[in-house]
Amino acid sequence: MTILAIESSCDETAAAVVKNGVVLSNIVSSQTEHSAFGGVIPEIASRAHLRMISTVVDQALSKSQCTLTDIDAIAVTTSPGLAGALLVGANFAKGLAMRLQIPLVPINHIEGHLYSGFLVSEQIEFPFVSLVVSGGHTSLFYVTSFHEYSILGSTRDDAAGEAFDKTSKMLGLGYPGGPIMDKLAKDGHPDRFIFPRGMMQKDSLQFSYSGLKTAVRVFLQNNYPEGNFHDNIHNICASVQEAIVEPLVKKSFNAVKRMKVNTLVVAGGVSANSRLRSELLRFAQKKSVKLYIPDIQYCIDNAAMIGFLAEKKIIEQKTPDHYMSYNITVNSSALRSPKK
Amino acid sequence: MEAESYRSHSEEETFRLGTAFAERLRTQDVVMFFGDLGAGKTEFIKGISHYFNVEEIVSSPTFTVMNQYTGETPENDEITIYHVDLYRIKSEEELDEIGFRDCMYSEDTIKLVEWSENAGNLIPDIRWTVHISFDADNENERLIVINHIGEETPQYPSLEATV
Repeated sequence: MTILAIESSCDETAAAVVKNGVVLSNIVSSQTEHSAFGGVIPEIASRAHLRMISTVVDQALSKSQCTLTDIDAIAVTTSPGLAGALLVGANFAKGLAMRLQIPLVPINHIEGHLYSGFLVSEQIEFPFVSLVVSGGHTSLFYVTSFHEYSILGSTRDDAAGEAFDKTSKMLGLGYPGGPIMDKLAKDGHPDRFIFPRGMMQKDSLQFSYSGLKTAVRVFLQNNYPEGNFHDNIHNICASVQEAIVEPLVKKSFNAVKRMKVNTLVVAGGVSANSRLRSELLRFAQKKSVKLYIPDIQYCIDNAAMIGFLAEKKIIEQKTPDHYMSYNITVNSSALRSPKK
Repeated sequence: MEAESYRSHSEEETFRLGTAFAERLRTQDVVMFFGDLGAGKTEFIKGISHYFNVEEIVSSPTFTVMNQYTGETPENDEITIYHVDLYRIKSEEELDEIGFRDCMYSEDTIKLVEWSENAGNLIPDIRWTVHISFDADNENERLIVINHIGEETPQYPSLEATV
């Protein structure tokens, strides 16, 4: 089965072609080399998606050496995200599916991330624990099948990627903060300064990063009232990064232990962070846990994961016409965990 | 009404002020928040959501820009709460594209808007404002100034009594 997948839930416009679980092409707008758009920083605008979507879909098709007649079904992200941005992808996909008279499969973006580990390894066995960590999400899931999972915990305030961005801003560094701090931290000591870790009670699988902003502000104010912290920027970045990474690692393995599984799958843009990767790997070896972190192109927002899951859903669906109604709606609400 | 000033000494106190303040809110109300990173805007809003019995975790909408929650009034009527964060907004054009105008004019909802500095021309004439600022001498203290702008409002009792 050949699936054309479209994803436009936030800043990136993305399209991919997936055939029998194998990714044939995976195009993300910020990485396209189309002359008119190259190097443009994504903006929070549905207009940007509108400008990009045809080009991105065309590129995904041509790179996969498919034409529209080869496509058996269309997959599209319909939640969560910015309503305007989601609508661009959803309407484009709907129009295309109706014209081709093929199934249209609505997919939840976070669910896409949950199963993105399968794009790099078919060996992953259910059940497993999944950490989805990005600019907008920081959650732990217990995943038992392609259609069943539950939320174990999530952030009660800021997401981990947001913590990177906001502390980066306080330090006068650029956007996005994660990659910049990661790079600077490589020449620093993670234990040079101690910043608070949120929600570290042993039984808690919730995250909290809002206190870190205040801690960094107070730290700078007390130690560098003149603002001359730049000589120590490597140590500061390494220490702040550690305060973000440590709860992610500890809670992920606490969840693995609590759920009595031996597989951890990590996804979302923050999983590109080198300290997070090395610490996860170190713990995984120590605790003999199988760790899967997809390549960076499948960690960030992408359409390949959307197409992969859509194919699973079609296979599991017993009524062939199930996805032929074209009756899809977008929903901006995130998957959030209840308070208790 | 005259602007009211409060001092909060902790996250918990900011939360409780939010809960006490929420009692004044009616459907259609807009609350515009101002204050720097880490001031406690989201914490205050968590307090408001607590008053309206929102069952989900109210987390930062910086990335998603707009979160929608369902709560209930003390009279057990369902109410939609928009939690908006304009931190990443760079132009008024973007405001329209994210549906901020539709949100601000939606009926039977309460709108809580962080980083209102970026709301441009879409600031409603009638609104609550909450300014949260740091105390230069005490790192844990916040000055919270609440005001109602645009029409005569009854004088409310100080929130301190309820906090």
